Amino acid sequence: MLNYILRRVLQSVLVLLVVGLVAFAMFRFVGDPVETMLGQERTVGDIERLREQLGLNKPFFIQYWEFLVRAVQGDLGISYRQGRPVAEIIAERLPATLELAFVSGLFALGLGIILGIFTAIRRDGFAANAIMTLSLIGVSLPTFLIGILLIYVFSVELSLLPSFGRGDVVDLGWWTTGFLTPSGLVALILPAITLGLYQMTLIMRLVRSEMLEVLRQDYIRFARARGLSQKAVNFRHALKNTLVPVITVTGLQLGSIIAFAIITETVFQWPGVGLLFINAIQFVDIPVMAAYLMLISVMFVGINLAVDLLYVAIDPRLRN
Amino acid sequence: MTMRLATFGAALLATTALTVSAASAETLRWARASEALTLDPHSQNEGPTTTLMHQIYEPLIVRNMEGGLEPGLATSWEPSSSDPNVWVFQIREGVTFHEGQAFDAEDVVFSLNRALSEASDFKELLTGVTEVRAAGDFTVEVVTDGPNPLLPNNLTNIMMLDAGWAAENNTEEVQDYAAGEDTYAARNANGTGPFVLQSRTADVETVMTQNPDYWGIGEFPMDITEIIFTPIQNPATRVAALLTGEVDFIQDVPVQDLERVDGADGIGLATAPQNRVIFFGMNVGDEDLTLDNVEGANPFADVRVRRAMDIAINREAIQQVVMRGQSAPAGVISPPPVNGWTPELDEYPAYDVEAARALMEEAGYGDGFSVQLDCPNDRYINDEAICQAVVGMLAQIGIDVNLSALPRAQHFPLISNFETDFYMLGWGVPTYDAEYIFNFLYHTQTENRGSWNGTRYSNPEMDEMIASLTSNTDLDARNGTIAALFEMAEEEVIYLPVHNQVLNWGISDAWSTVVDADDQVKFKYFELN
Repeated sequence: MLNYILRRVLQSVLVLLVVGLVAFAMFRFVGDPVETMLGQERTVGDIERLREQLGLNKPFFIQYWEFLVRAVQGDLGISYRQGRPVAEIIAERLPATLELAFVSGLFALGLGIILGIFTAIRRDGFAANAIMTLSLIGVSLPTFLIGILLIYVFSVELSLLPSFGRGDVVDLGWWTTGFLTPSGLVALILPAITLGLYQMTLIMRLVRSEMLEVLRQDYIRFARARGLSQKAVNFRHALKNTLVPVITVTGLQLGSIIAFAIITETVFQWPGVGLLFINAIQFVDIPVMAAYLMLISVMFVGINLAVDLLYVAIDPRLRN
Repeated sequence: MTMRLATFGAALLATTALTVSAASAETLRWARASEALTLDPHSQNEGPTTTLMHQIYEPLIVRNMEGGLEPGLATSWEPSSSDPNVWVFQIREGVTFHEGQAFDAEDVVFSLNRALSEASDFKELLTGVTEVRAAGDFTVEVVTDGPNPLLPNNLTNIMMLDAGWAAENNTEEVQDYAAGEDTYAARNANGTGPFVLQSRTADVETVMTQNPDYWGIGEFPMDITEIIFTPIQNPATRVAALLTGEVDFIQDVPVQDLERVDGADGIGLATAPQNRVIFFGMNVGDEDLTLDNVEGANPFADVRVRRAMDIAINREAIQQVVMRGQSAPAGVISPPPVNGWTPELDEYPAYDVEAARALMEEAGYGDGFSVQLDCPNDRYINDEAICQAVVGMLAQIGIDVNLSALPRAQHFPLISNFETDFYMLGWGVPTYDAEYIFNFLYHTQTENRGSWNGTRYSNPEMDEMIASLTSNTDLDARNGTIAALFEMAEEEVIYLPVHNQVLNWGISDAWSTVVDADDQVKFKYFELN
């Protein structure tokens, strides 16, 4: 068991190192940060000097090594774009993304399960068919389009909800939250729907198909034969068995909600790490890009590691 | 993708109608696409950063929104009567910084020296300055290595800091990114300007309030008591925020949304030509091009080919179709407010495909050739679309152009590294003098000059004339040299001018302002209607 865990942890570290190497190899294709850092009046001499100072003339694997050496000491460098420590910027921006991911995850899970059950039980009903058809839109429309559509309807047309930003936030010292102010809560609605819509339809379809599968099983038939109420059969017996795969998928999807908040954050000017990353790419802010990519890969690797370890805990066959 | 997104947003918005909530009388909520990068006024010489700095800090001499020079923290300036290499500035008395420190000549000496330091992004504007010294509490002398008639023009974005404040907070040096430093001045601001910084969260919100002790109260409208600045990157969202009344002023209305904004109740459009000209550069200097299909020769080296391309570009079609009327076709790579610009120079050649084909034939390229055009796709208004239009126009004279459109961070290194043979560039002239154009775009590339000359063009005679502009104090003779330079440039067709951009500001009807050609908003001039 210990051996297994150790092996998985080592594999995870290896994945992280490779992700970092690939990232650093790619940065040269994003552009030259020196061009964006120096003003229009820069001379050829200035360009050379700054390139030299930033170590951009070195091969990428040496730049990567220097980044790693500093990163393990807790120093992620200074953002080229903002001139502040990267760790501080990310810590400042992470709450916005995590709160958005939390709310949209809740929305996706809650509505997804309810609608999934509904469409499974009323398989041939008009409403269920309508929901299934509409869910196709949720799966196939790109996120930015949904975002702009929502802004158009609820902000411009109906003047109900704000079109951008996070509203007023409360600073708790180490965390800023929009949950404690009315404008912060209202500002969460549109971005959360935009970000969660895809996951919501995914969960809904998953719950529906699992539910249909389970409803065909013998023990459901027996339950019905025993004269249990429809409610008890559907919710106590069927739903419980449906949720096992749903929880697995949801856990993995949570990672992608955080990682793919980029587009939603751009459309709504949501001040999270996704927007930070987009700006970093445009500016070729290498320290921020590197830190963000490492953060996201740590998160994904961490979630996968946790899932793997959970399997071991659940399935005795893996322990030998 | 961004472009398509914006177009879609525009289409959506064009079908809507809404009522705009009345803007609060004194607070102005301001949005634009880009955020200021730092609060250190000498660290980043870049439009949005400079704009924010102008509200909090002040330079010695200010360019007002009409483009004229106005006294800022200097009340008057003139060359020294005894030494032609010295400029004498009389400093405004009785001015205090936001934190209460008095402003005097020592602060000017400190600030100019700080702007001259190696990590400063403004040092090139002060090239030739050898010494800055105080000659009394309110007199400053700036010594240059030769007569420098245009020094005042170069000071309009160089802000004044308090020497004592900088020393106290250990922020005398400009932030050095390479050293991984984090400085006090990059996060805090203490200027003499019309607005005091209250709070700032980068990429989210910056709040400023009116400086009650500002020296210019009574002199300028100063109708705004509070400014809330929010960057909104997505063009559709930015326009939506203006339409819903969540912001009062946006600095960059996308061309496809102009009608929508103009037609909305309670919002107006303020439009003016921008100090930025868009043009194409060609590699005229190399023996052979790398990205073409002509072996052993460089078609761009032949002036007839360049002339043919010049008349094959239909500038009016670009204006009408690509820019929806929002541009002024140009015949010279100088925006109109620049000293040296004349209407004659700006006359662009008539579009004439037949004559262009004849010129190509004459140059021996009757069958045409192929070449790659490098174009930015996120820097200028409709940049990629302009390039696409030009690809079609050049195809008519047999030039098969392969378009490569890249984000700015990848496009501009191609120019500075000599990796492109044919490229698009835009140029604004903050000094309002043509020397700035020749210095950067025509002079042979050397350590200190010609850094944006991606054409490899090198003409020793021209270089000498350009160098003479720096120290020629006889303004008539100097203007003569500029005219001669423009004539040479025109003759050689080193660049193909396309147009001057037009600025479009969207603003609530509660406020009125003129549009600054440099896109440098100065809120002290805003008036409440």
